[in-house]
Amino acid sequence: MALRQTELRPMGKPIGRKEDPRLIRGKGHYVDDVMLPNMLYLCIVRSPYAHARIRRIDTSAALAAPGVKLVLTGEDLAEMNLAWMPTLAGDQQMVMATGKVLFQYQEVAAVVAETRAQAEDAAQLIEVDYEPLPVVADPFQALAPDAPILREDKEKKSNHIFHWEAGDREETEALFREAPVVVKQNVRFPRVHPAPLEPCGCVSDWDAARNKLTLYVTSQAPHVHRTVLAMVSGLPEHQIHVISPDVGGGFGNKVPVYSGYVVATVASLKLGVPVKWIETRTENIASSHFARDYHMTAEIAAREDGTVLALRVKTVADHGAFDAAADPSKFPAGLFSIVTGSYDFKAAFVEVDGVYTNKAPGGVAYRCSFRVTEAAYLIERVMDILAQRLKMDPAELRLKNFIRKEQFPYHSPTGWVYDSGDYEKTLKLALERIGYEELRKEQAEKRARGELMGIGISTFTEVVGAGPAHQFDIVGIKMFDSAQIRFHPTGKVIARLGVRHQGQGHETTFAQIIAEELGLSADDVLIEEGDTDTAPYGLGTYASRSTPTAGGAAALCARRIREKARKIAAHLLEVGEDDVVWDGVAFSAKGLPGRAVSMKDVAFAAYTNVPEGMEPGLEATYYYNPPNLTFPNGAYIAVVDIDKGTGTVKVRRFLAVDDCGNVINPMIVEGQVHGGLTEGFAIAFMQDIPYDADGNCLAPNLMDYLVPTSVDTPRWETDRTVTPSPHHPIGAKGVGESPNVGSPAAFVNAVVDALSPLGVEHIDMPIFPWKVWNILREHGITE
Amino acid sequence: MNIRVKVNGRLYEADVEPRTLLAYFLREQLNLTGTHIGCDTTTCGACTVLFDGKPIKSCTVLAVQADGHEVMTVEGLESNGQLHPLQSAFWEDHALQCGYCTPGMLMAAYGLLQTNPAPTDEEIREALSGNICRCTGYMNIVKAVQNAARQMAGENQEVIEEAAVSGTSTD
Amino acid sequence: MFPNAFKYEAPTSVDEAVRLMTEYGYDSKVLAGGQSLLPMMKLRIAAPAVLIDVNGIQDLKGWREADGKLRIGALVRHAELEHASELDDKYPLLSRTARWIADPPIRNRGTVCGSLVHADPGSDWGAAMIALRAEVEVQGTEGNRLIPIDEFFVDTFATSLNENELAVAVHVPTPGGPVAARYMKLERRAGDFAIAALAVHIVLDSEGRVAEGGIGIGACGPIPLRATKAEEALIGQPITEETIATVSRLVPEDADPADDLRGSAAYKRDLLRVFAARALREIAEELHGRVGNE
Ligand SMILES: Cc1cc2nc3c(=O)[nH]c(=O)nc-3n(C[C@H](O)[C@H](O)[C@H](O)COP(=O)(O)OP(=O)(O)OC[C@H]3O[C@@H](n4cnc5c(N)ncnc54)[C@H](O)[C@@H]3O)c2cc1C
Ligand code: FES
Ligand code: FES
Repeated sequence: MALRQTELRPMGKPIGRKEDPRLIRGKGHYVDDVMLPNMLYLCIVRSPYAHARIRRIDTSAALAAPGVKLVLTGEDLAEMNLAWMPTLAGDQQMVMATGKVLFQYQEVAAVVAETRAQAEDAAQLIEVDYEPLPVVADPFQALAPDAPILREDKEKKSNHIFHWEAGDREETEALFREAPVVVKQNVRFPRVHPAPLEPCGCVSDWDAARNKLTLYVTSQAPHVHRTVLAMVSGLPEHQIHVISPDVGGGFGNKVPVYSGYVVATVASLKLGVPVKWIETRTENIASSHFARDYHMTAEIAAREDGTVLALRVKTVADHGAFDAAADPSKFPAGLFSIVTGSYDFKAAFVEVDGVYTNKAPGGVAYRCSFRVTEAAYLIERVMDILAQRLKMDPAELRLKNFIRKEQFPYHSPTGWVYDSGDYEKTLKLALERIGYEELRKEQAEKRARGELMGIGISTFTEVVGAGPAHQFDIVGIKMFDSAQIRFHPTGKVIARLGVRHQGQGHETTFAQIIAEELGLSADDVLIEEGDTDTAPYGLGTYASRSTPTAGGAAALCARRIREKARKIAAHLLEVGEDDVVWDGVAFSAKGLPGRAVSMKDVAFAAYTNVPEGMEPGLEATYYYNPPNLTFPNGAYIAVVDIDKGTGTVKVRRFLAVDDCGNVINPMIVEGQVHGGLTEGFAIAFMQDIPYDADGNCLAPNLMDYLVPTSVDTPRWETDRTVTPSPHHPIGAKGVGESPNVGSPAAFVNAVVDALSPLGVEHIDMPIFPWKVWNILREHGITE
Repeated sequence: MNIRVKVNGRLYEADVEPRTLLAYFLREQLNLTGTHIGCDTTTCGACTVLFDGKPIKSCTVLAVQADGHEVMTVEGLESNGQLHPLQSAFWEDHALQCGYCTPGMLMAAYGLLQTNPAPTDEEIREALSGNICRCTGYMNIVKAVQNAARQMAGENQEVIEEAAVSGTSTD
Repeated sequence: MFPNAFKYEAPTSVDEAVRLMTEYGYDSKVLAGGQSLLPMMKLRIAAPAVLIDVNGIQDLKGWREADGKLRIGALVRHAELEHASELDDKYPLLSRTARWIADPPIRNRGTVCGSLVHADPGSDWGAAMIALRAEVEVQGTEGNRLIPIDEFFVDTFATSLNENELAVAVHVPTPGGPVAARYMKLERRAGDFAIAALAVHIVLDSEGRVAEGGIGIGACGPIPLRATKAEEALIGQPITEETIATVSRLVPEDADPADDLRGSAAYKRDLLRVFAARALREIAEELHGRVGNE
C-alpha cells in the first residue's frame, strides 16, 4: 500500500491518512454513537410562527405520555436564569422562547423520554397558544422607520444591530469625484447553510457523585464551548469535561453553542442521567446557524485604462433574530474589509449595517474566514463588470491591477498587512494550463454561431488564521492556539492540540509537522484533539486557522523539545552542546563521523539517563500567538456552456490554482480543494434558504436545500504555486476554505461572460436554470 | 414483534417495535453504529446498507421488514481481518474526509460492483448519486471505486488462473 | 424522524390484504416500497394506525407478457424495469423513465404501482404510463377491475382507487410496430422530482407514420397530464420538421403548471415545448435515421 506512513521526513508528502482505518471500517465514534446506560432522549418543540407572542403552553398531556421523564419550557429555564445565553458575537440568544418567538422553528419547549420515538410522540402533545405578530422577513423592511421592533429585550429600540466601517471615507470620496470611470453593482450573497452531513447533537452526562459534567458534543471548538457552558450554567469550568468525538463535517456550523446542548445539560442535571439530543436535518437547516445573507453594493472608481483607484462598499447584513455570527469580538462584519482583494486600490471605504429579521439566527463562517467569502465574491464580481464596461479582457484587467510581488508585505487601504503572494505568476499558470487563448478563440467562433459559452476568472485573496491575539478574541478569549507534545520512553509521541478537526486530516498533517521537526515518521506520532481534560486550551478549528495557528504551535513546540533533546544528545555523544549537529533525523557529533543518536535514543535517555541536574522527561507545551494572519490566494478559471432550451449551465472545466504557501500533505490539500470547490459550486448554482413574507422557511430540508450529488458535481482540475508565508514557522498558510471563497465568483463570472453579448452584467446566485432562461427569453433567444 | 434477520452473515433474533426503522435497529439494538443517519427525507444515503444484496436506504425501511432477509453493513465488508479492496482504495485514494458518508458510499459502491464489475466513471457517479458527501467533491471517491474494481478484477483473475492450473472447477 | 406507533400486518395473499384493508378501512395504509409513505410517516405528515405490508405477497411480483399486454406486478421495483434490457425493444420507455426516478437505492425499493397510487403530480411513472396508455389493475372485495390511466389520477395525491382496493398490477399495451420513446426531465439536483418532465412514446405504422403516439406531462399540473392536442396533431403523421414544430408548440397547451421554487409556469411550459421537440427529433433519428421534411 502506498500510504507511506512510516517514512522519515514526511513533510510535503502524500502520506495516507491515519484517521482512515477506523472510519472505513465503520468504527468512527460520532456523537450519536455514544450510547450510555440509562440514557434518555431529548426532543425539542419548535415554533410554527416566525413572530408570535406565546399566550400559554400546556404540557400536561406530554407529561402524562409514556416514557416521559421531564418537560421543559422557556419559563422553566427562566426560573434557573438560563432562558438566555450569550452568542459568540456578544448578543444574547433565547435558549427556549419566553414571551415571544422570533423565528420559525425557534425552540419553545423540550421533552425528555426513554426513547427517541416517545420523546417525539410527547412533543406532539404539547399545546402552545400563539398570538401571531407582524413579521419582518426582509432586512430593508426591518430598517424602515415604522417596522415593528423585534428585539424587545434590547435597550436600543430598533432592528438595527450595528454599523461598522473600515478604510478612509474622505480619501475614497475624493478619488470617486475625480475618477473618469465608475461602475456600481448591487450583489446579493444568498442565505446558505453549511449542512455538514452529520447534524449537530450532544450527550450531556451529569455525574452527581463525581460532581462532573461530561458533554459529548459536535464541536469545532470544544474549549470555547466549555468556557461558555461554565459562564452560562455557573458550573465550575474544571468540573465540565467537553469531548468532541469524531465530527462528521462542520464547515462553521459546529462553532456555536446551540440551545439543544444547554437544554440537554439542564435535563441531565435535573435527572442525574445522560441525555442525548440529536437534531434532525430539518432542525439543522432551519434553526442552527446559517451563513452569508449579505446585501452588498460595490462601486469601483477607475481610470479609462483600467487602473483601479478606489472601492466603496455598502452592505446590509441580515442576521436573523439574534446576532449569532461567530466573528471575533471586534469584528462585527468579520474580516469583510479584505474586500479590496488582490488589487492595489489607493483607497477604500467599507460599511456594514447588521439587521434583525424574523429568521433563523446567524451568520457563521461557512467554510470561510469570517465574511471573507462575501468579500472575495463581491470584488471578483465587480472587477469583471469593470472589465466589461471598459471592453477589456478580465485577465488583462486583473494583471494590470494586481498587488505586485515586490509590494509585499503589502499594507491594504483597509488596514491589512498581506504577508506574501505572487498573483501574476499564479494567474499566468492558470491561464496557460487552461489554454485561455484557445478558449477565447473557441468562444468567438461559438458566438458567431449563436452558441453560449463563457469563461470566468477569479483571482481572490483570503485572510485566515485568526489571529494575532491583540486583534482577535472570541467572547474575550484571545485567538492563539496550542500544542502539547510528549515523548514516551520508547520514542513514540502523543501530541494534543487545542483545535478540533472535522475531516481536515489533522491526525495526519500535524503528525507530519511534528515528525518532520523531530526526525520521526508520521506513524510515530499520535495526534489527539477534542478532549478538554487532556488537550491544551485552544480556540478551535474554523476559518482555516488550524494550520496557521495550531500548526505553528506544533512546529514550535517540537522545536522546544528538540532544544532539550540536543542537550541530552550532547550528553549521550559526550560532546559539548555546540558540537551537536541535527540533520533532520538524528543528532551527530561534529567532526566525528559515525557517532550519532536518534530521537528514539534521546527519548529513552530522557527517562533513563538524563545529564546531571536536568529535569527528566521529554515534553513541551506551546501557546502560539501568530504575529499576523496569512493570506492564501489563487487563480480559478471556469468554463461553462449554456443550454439555450432549458437555461441549464454546464460547467465544462474548472481549474483551481492555489497558493497556500508550503504544503504539508499535497494529497490532503487537493482533497480540501475538491471539497471546497464542490461547496462553492453548490452556492453558485443551487443553494438558497428563501423565506416567504410570513417568515416561513421554504427550504428547511435536503429535498429543497440542494446539495450536489456526484452526478451534479463538475470534475475539478488543480494546480498550485508556492509562496511561503514569511512569518509562519513552516511557511504554510491554510487552504481548507480558499476553494469555497474563490470559486463562486469564477462560476458566476463565467455565466455572465457567456451572456455578456446580450448586455448582461450580473446575475445573483444561485444561478438556477430558470434565471438564465428568463434572461434568454427577454432577449428573444430560444431553442 | 419478533424478527429473525441475518446481518453480516450472522443470524439475529430480536424484539422490535414495528415503527423501528432498520437504521436504528442496526445502530441501537445491534450496536452496528457504522450505519449513519444524515437526514430526515431519504436524501443523503448515509444509512445505505445492502438488503438482500442490493443497496437501500435503511432509514426508510422498517426493521420488521427485514424479518427473514439478509442485511449487510459496512462492518461486514472486512473478511478475516482483511480490508475489502473498496476500503483499501478509499484509504489510498483519500476518498474520505470526515468519514460520515463513507459507510454509505462503500455499501453503494459495493452494490454497484456486484452487478457491474467494470463500471465507467459515469456509471459510478450515477450509482453513488443517492449518497451525499459534503467533504470530498466526489473525485477521489470515483477514483477509489475504479481502483477497487480493478483490484477486484485482478483478484478474480488470479482465482480463475489458479483454478485452471489446479484443474478444478467451481461449477 | 420516527413514525407514529402503528399495528403491523404482513399478509401473504392478495385476498388477505384486501380483507385487512376492508377491516381497517381509513385507518390503514398499504406499505409497498415505502419510499413515499415512510418518509411521510417519519415527518408525521402521515400517521396510519395500521400498516399493511404487501411485500410478502408472491403474486404481486414480476412481470409477464400476455394477451397483447405487459402486466407489471405491483411489487415490481423501479430498478427492475431500469435493468430489464429484455423489455427495451418493445417497451423502451420503461427503462428510460426508471433511470430518472430518485436515486439507485430508492429505485431498489420503490414500486411502479406505489408511485402511481401515491399520485404525486411529479411521479415519473405517472407521465410515462399516460404516454403508454396503461391501465391499472385493482382488486377489492368486489373483485377485479381495470382502470384506464386517464381515469386513474383524480387530484394531487388522490386516485380513483376505492379505500379497500389494492393495485395489483399495471398493464402496458404491446406495440404493434416499430417503437421508440424518450423520457425528458429537468431536475434541480440529480434525484430530485422534476421541474418539468415529458414522456413520449411512438409506434409507427408500415408507412412510417405515427400509428400510436402518447405524450405524458409530469410535474406541470395537479396530476400527470396527457398532451391531448399534441397527440392529435401527431397521430397519423410522419415525424418531419413540420410535425415536430406543430406538436412541440401544442404540448404546453395541455399543461397546467404553477409558479414555485422550481421555476415559473411560463418556464415550465417552455421546457415542455423544448422537450417535445428534442424527444421527437431523437425518436425520428432513431426510427428513420434522420428527420425528414414534408
Ligand atoms: C428522496 C426521494 C426522491 C424521490 N424522487 C422521485 C422522483 O424523482 N420521481 C418519482 O417519480 N418518484 C420519486 N420518489 C418517490 C418514489 O418513486 C416512490 O418509490 C414512489 O412514489 C412510491 O412507491 P412505493 O412503492 O415506495 O410506495 P409506498 O411509499 O409504499 O406507498 C405510497 C402510497 O401508495 C399506497 N400504495 C402503494 N402501493 C399500493 C398498492 N399496490 N395498492 C394500493 N395502494 C398502494 C400506499 O398506501 C401509500 O399511500 C422519490 C422519493 C424519495 C424519498
Ligand atoms: S439518513 Fe439520509 S437517506 Fe437515510
Ligand atoms: S467525507 Fe465527510 S461527508 Fe463525505
